[in-house]
Amino acid sequence: MPFLRPFAGLLSALASVLIAGMALAVDLPALVANLTTGSFGDRETAVGALAASGDARAAPILDALAAGQLYVRKSDNTVVIGKPDGNQLALTEAISGKPAGSGSEAELDRVRVNNRLRGVIEAAVGSLTLMSPDARVRREAADALFKRRDASSLAALDQALAVEKDPRIKRIMSEARAASVLASDAPAAQKVEAIALVRERGDRDALGVLQATASSSDGEVKVAATAGAEAVRQTLAAWEAAQNVWYGISLGSVLLLAAIGLAITFGTMGVINMAHGEMVMLGAYTTFVVQEVIRTSAPHLFDASLVIALPLAFLVSGGIGILIERGIIRFLYGRPLDTLLATWGLSLVLQQAVRSIFGPSNREVGAPSWMSGAFQVGQLNITYGRLWIVVFALVVFFALILLLRRTPLGLYMRAVTQNRPMAAAMGIRTPRVDALTFGLGSGIAGLAGVALSQIDNVSPNLGQGYIIDSFMVVVFGGVGNLFGTLVGATALGIVNKFLEPYAGAVLGKILVLVFIILFIQRRPRGLFALKGRAVE
Amino acid sequence: MITRFLWQGMGRNLRLFVLLVLAVGIILPLLNQLLPSNSPFYVPAWALQLIGKYLCFASLALAVDLVWGYCGILTLGHAAFFALGGYCMGMYLMRQIGSRGVYGNPVLPDFMVFLNYKELPWFWHGFDHFWFAAPMIVIVPSLLALALGWFAFRSRVTGVYLSIITQAMTFALLLAFFRNDMGLGGNNGMTDFKDILGFSVQADGTRAVLCFASALALAIFLVIAGAVVGSRFGKALTAVRDAESRMRFLGYRVEGYKLFVFVLSAAMAGVAGALYVPQVGIINPSEFSPGNSIEAVLWVAVGGRGTLIGPVIGAFIVNFGKTWLTGALPEVWLFVLGAMFIAVTLLLPKGVVGLWTQIRTRGATHKARAPA
Repeated sequence: MPFLRPFAGLLSALASVLIAGMALAVDLPALVANLTTGSFGDRETAVGALAASGDARAAPILDALAAGQLYVRKSDNTVVIGKPDGNQLALTEAISGKPAGSGSEAELDRVRVNNRLRGVIEAAVGSLTLMSPDARVRREAADALFKRRDASSLAALDQALAVEKDPRIKRIMSEARAASVLASDAPAAQKVEAIALVRERGDRDALGVLQATASSSDGEVKVAATAGAEAVRQTLAAWEAAQNVWYGISLGSVLLLAAIGLAITFGTMGVINMAHGEMVMLGAYTTFVVQEVIRTSAPHLFDASLVIALPLAFLVSGGIGILIERGIIRFLYGRPLDTLLATWGLSLVLQQAVRSIFGPSNREVGAPSWMSGAFQVGQLNITYGRLWIVVFALVVFFALILLLRRTPLGLYMRAVTQNRPMAAAMGIRTPRVDALTFGLGSGIAGLAGVALSQIDNVSPNLGQGYIIDSFMVVVFGGVGNLFGTLVGATALGIVNKFLEPYAGAVLGKILVLVFIILFIQRRPRGLFALKGRAVE
Repeated sequence: MITRFLWQGMGRNLRLFVLLVLAVGIILPLLNQLLPSNSPFYVPAWALQLIGKYLCFASLALAVDLVWGYCGILTLGHAAFFALGGYCMGMYLMRQIGSRGVYGNPVLPDFMVFLNYKELPWFWHGFDHFWFAAPMIVIVPSLLALALGWFAFRSRVTGVYLSIITQAMTFALLLAFFRNDMGLGGNNGMTDFKDILGFSVQADGTRAVLCFASALALAIFLVIAGAVVGSRFGKALTAVRDAESRMRFLGYRVEGYKLFVFVLSAAMAGVAGALYVPQVGIINPSEFSPGNSIEAVLWVAVGGRGTLIGPVIGAFIVNFGKTWLTGALPEVWLFVLGAMFIAVTLLLPKGVVGLWTQIRTRGATHKARAPA
């Protein structure tokens, strides 16, 4: 289960923070005081001691020392860090980090450093962050060293590697070490070994390191680095393809949600519902209203707002769907083209009604905390919002399959679809089944609206953007076949996302449309056509 | 002789109607040109422009009716042919601006200068001549209709599927024309036209002539449509509408019939679009939006499909309502438009013309009964 991995990472990070918190507190003031006295030699020892303390507060002090910004205030002998601020120096207390007013150079004693000491300090800072009790700081330091690839950080990395417990951070550190080795004048054999390690890392930074090595070296190192860079490039291409597949699946799940209700009304009833997009829109507005109510009366329920909105959206859209069926569509059975026109008119009315009530501008629908954020799987970047929509689309899809295959209502629906007069003769009340089927399709559109409110603008035009795509999906997948809709939606989503990098978003969409137009010519009944008499 | 043949082929009602259209097209521009502006019968230029616009819409409606009303092909993409004709005309008008544009470039239209084009794209060549642009207005929409129709009818895509394909086509074109690198003005389209055939587009005289031209085009289309519908070909066409498989079994090449009427209709729509553009002074991709095509279908439905007079009347009723309501009560217009779609399909399947004949026949039977 790859999506559990981030949780595991979080857990281990939490554990290491706890352990570090229990470490002995060091006498930081005394160590810092040692910095400011004695010879350069004495200071070197003091720097070493500070570095060994592993105290996170020591890093900025050492940084300031290397930059020549560490001072002792003459009046009270406190150690301060002074940053230039106009003519004066803005002071902060070195140990506590509190602001300490300002002062001129004359009131302060600069702690002197020489070049040798600077080198020592730099290594110390590197190792200090590498030794930090905070796992995240260690990780960032190792990452930074990997990118810097500086031979001088080798010593600090070796030191840190010796004590590092977390295997993941240890790995990054050894990669950083490998990058440093490649920048140093180490023997070729070591470098080749290092290249293998960097190559395994396989991301964009690794590619950068390998390319730099390939261009700056010769002999077997150059060969190994070139081969390594090529391998990394291939890995990257594979990950990029995987990312595109994920984007495609994500788009496909949106299409599936929008199209699946249409697959019911168009696919099983043969009714062209041009107002289907408006059912989606109503679902999105239901979410908006639910969130508004929650915001004003029960803010603590905000995270549950989508869960509350789901049944409501289903009822609102489904109810309106039943009204439409009873009021308009039942007079038009057998006249699909007229149904198309009437429902188009209805969609205009619904859009204008929503525009009159809620205004023409976009409405803000917030994301609950469990839907925001993202995580990494390898080089894949996956946002929780998209992940939940994919999951939701699949849940709705399979729930619908179950409903159609395992419940009496589903049985009636299939019976009426396949042979209306026979079903009526068996005692099924076909008008009631018609109304319920249409209500079901519309209700599912409402559910789609709840999901789409998270990724699209909630405006009166929301539905219009999906209606043509939804028809494409249903027609492409094959009318009257839900699995066809699933395959159609996913395929169109992925194809769309793969075309985008080459052709641009708009041209990609045009190509997909043209493809479907040509496809319908080849297979007028879609990918998975119903065979036999039921067709006509 | 051909004219006489066509004339006699039409019914009496249609003949009268064609004369009425021509009369409107001649009298209104004359009233505008000859009378002083304080006369009570003076027709202001804006009214002339409005009538001209309606006449173009009526031609489009007639084109839709020819395929939908007589051949049963519900096209949801006819506005695409209309817009393509409009774009051809727009390109000609753009080239006529010459160096009078904002950037003063004698060859490149303003938007190309703005988008850093170095030279004219290949498909723009020739559009500086009217003799080239005029046939293009017919050829470009016809070719598209030919390609789409040939593929679709040959593989027997019918009914709703065909409707969805045509809608997808106009949607794809909408997206395509929105792109700046299409070289057709992107989402701003083309505007700021100056001259047509050397006359200023803004001048009242030009407007009067354009209004007349629109009426003339509509009249010619009515005559052509009447001839097609009234011929043996037209009878076969209606039969295809009502029982396509039966016609096929009887040995008719159904595809050919459909394709011919589809292409003819697209050409009509193209000409209507070309006349529309100089009168409104702008053409942009929103003309391709699927809603426009469906609205054109509504004009036909309101007027009465399967009649030649119906679409013209429908186009005038709906568009007059639109002009009036979007001015007076803009909030209400979409409600009314939507309600019209529903009401016409549920209550008036034969449209206003159908209602009229229904009332008249009822009156006639009433009269016939009275003496007895």
